[in-house]
Amino acid sequence: MPLDQSYVGRSFPPTEPYLVGREKIREFARAIGAPEREYHDPEAARALGYADVIAPPTFPIIFTMASSHAQIVEDPALGVDYSRVVHGDQRFSYARPIVAGDALVCVNTVEDITSRGGHDFMTTRSDVTTEAGEPVVTVWAKLVQRGEEPA
Amino acid sequence: MTFEPQTFRVTRADLVRYAGASGDFNPIHWSERFANSVGLPGVIAHGMFTMALVGRAVTGWAGAPDAVVEFSVRFSRPVPVPDTDEGTEVVVSAVVKGETEEGHTKLALTATCQGEKVLSMAQAVVRKR
Repeated sequence: MPLDQSYVGRSFPPTEPYLVGREKIREFARAIGAPEREYHDPEAARALGYADVIAPPTFPIIFTMASSHAQIVEDPALGVDYSRVVHGDQRFSYARPIVAGDALVCVNTVEDITSRGGHDFMTTRSDVTTEAGEPVVTVWAKLVQRGEEPA
Repeated sequence: MTFEPQTFRVTRADLVRYAGASGDFNPIHWSERFANSVGLPGVIAHGMFTMALVGRAVTGWAGAPDAVVEFSVRFSRPVPVPDTDEGTEVVVSAVVKGETEEGHTKLALTATCQGEKVLSMAQAVVRKR
């Protein structure tokens, strides 16, 4: 079953705020082996003008993947078979780094659905802002659903 | 300003740690049995782990952890990670591709594993210090 094209352009309700913790940033930075002091040491981040430690560039994937999964990928009417899905493309456009203490809201949108060669391609966009509406980062993910094997 | 290629070692332990930190517990990144059952030759790295390593190379080159303005990749080939102490290696290199209208530096990025490109259309835009 191809994906339901009527989802293109659909936006979902703003998520509950994701509260960015200092220890979560440190844990993520350790997991990717990133040594920059500004990811670990609040004083180093303050020297760059930030209120607390800042996050590495791919940190937003933690909550954009989880929330777009919950709101979009798991919507049964859309028709995603996650066992056939691979991650195609990923893009981030930053207004500023994420800082520990941020409470971030995602608005997830299905930007595009196409079919080609028996495969389905879906691009989702997550507009990430503070609760006050300050833009922080925009995140695009393209998922590829491989065609079903002939029976 | 040249970009010296950077080599990152990737082991199964790294994938387990990344799964926990990122919340991506897809078993293709830790279970050989599951990976084989969906037609993969074995456990593969999270694409987002590879992208994070490329991000390290970019922020390291820029000399500032907050310099990245745009960052995008296409995952063109998986990174298999054998169950050995050595694991595998991902090599990241980049070429400066000029400036944006805002005066930021454009980088074209390459990541390889065992000599094969694992990303395509990978680029970053970096604010100058």
